[in-house]
Amino acid sequence: MLLIRCPYCEETLPELEFVYAGEAHIERPKDPSSLSDDDWRDFLFMRSNVKGPHFERWRHVHGCARFFNAVRDTVTDRFLATYKAGEKRPSLAELEKAE
Amino acid sequence: MTFHAQKRPVAAAGAVTIEDLAPEARFSLRGDPADAGILGRTLGVDLPTAIGTRNEKDGRTALCLGPDEWVVLAGEAERDAILDAFAAIEADTPHALCDIGDREVSVRIVGPDAAALLAMGCPRDLSHLAPGRAVRTVFDGVSIVLWREAEEVYRLDAWRSSAPYVRELLETGVVELRAGL
Ligand SMILES: [Zn+2]
Repeated sequence: MLLIRCPYCEETLPELEFVYAGEAHIERPKDPSSLSDDDWRDFLFMRSNVKGPHFERWRHVHGCARFFNAVRDTVTDRFLATYKAGEKRPSLAELEKAE
Repeated sequence: MTFHAQKRPVAAAGAVTIEDLAPEARFSLRGDPADAGILGRTLGVDLPTAIGTRNEKDGRTALCLGPDEWVVLAGEAERDAILDAFAAIEADTPHALCDIGDREVSVRIVGPDAAALLAMGCPRDLSHLAPGRAVRTVFDGVSIVLWREAEEVYRLDAWRSSAPYVRELLETGVVELRAGL
């Protein structure tokens, strides 16, 4: 079982308390009706499908109930970092240096 | 040495009891953490702001479940007084106070095997849940609030609809512990 650090609870807890919630840092367009069909399709459906460190959302659903962001390596399943929603995306170079 | 000789002494196995708790006033309180001061003064208990910690005063308890979420417990007779006090600050301090007294039921699990029993359904390392703390967690897929009231005393709150399932699993667990499994 994966152990995931919740940045709100500040505890490292079993995966069973969490749910995955898709790719992170995808900004909803401010004015959706001004978008072309292709741009709207890309916002709704197109994801980066990274092999390696992936920025993604998780929710501590059986816990503080908060959404937060994580960087997880999709090859090794290793979490490089978790951080609160709204915080800046950490730099991969620095995360790898810290490893 | 036989297999049976390796088992724990019969007297110690399954040393755990499950007790139903009487109904009480329960609320879910949501509000801006910046308003924790006024919300706490309205309740009469300082609202804790660290997740998993609780404060208690004059029979009223507040437990911090999330950054902007608390559970409030009090005697049944205090229900209306709490509702009225929060209604009075509603205009200036937006918040949500929801009566969940009918939504949840609780059991108290006591004994040296209490943690072993809970570990059958709860993936948390309960040795990290210090006495006095309480957290929302999961028990075999069901969201629960687990209070560690003392070293060997736990309280489990479950939603009414899932409580029979949780209760049945706990009862089965007690039988398994007594059988030395
Ligand atoms: Zn959390």
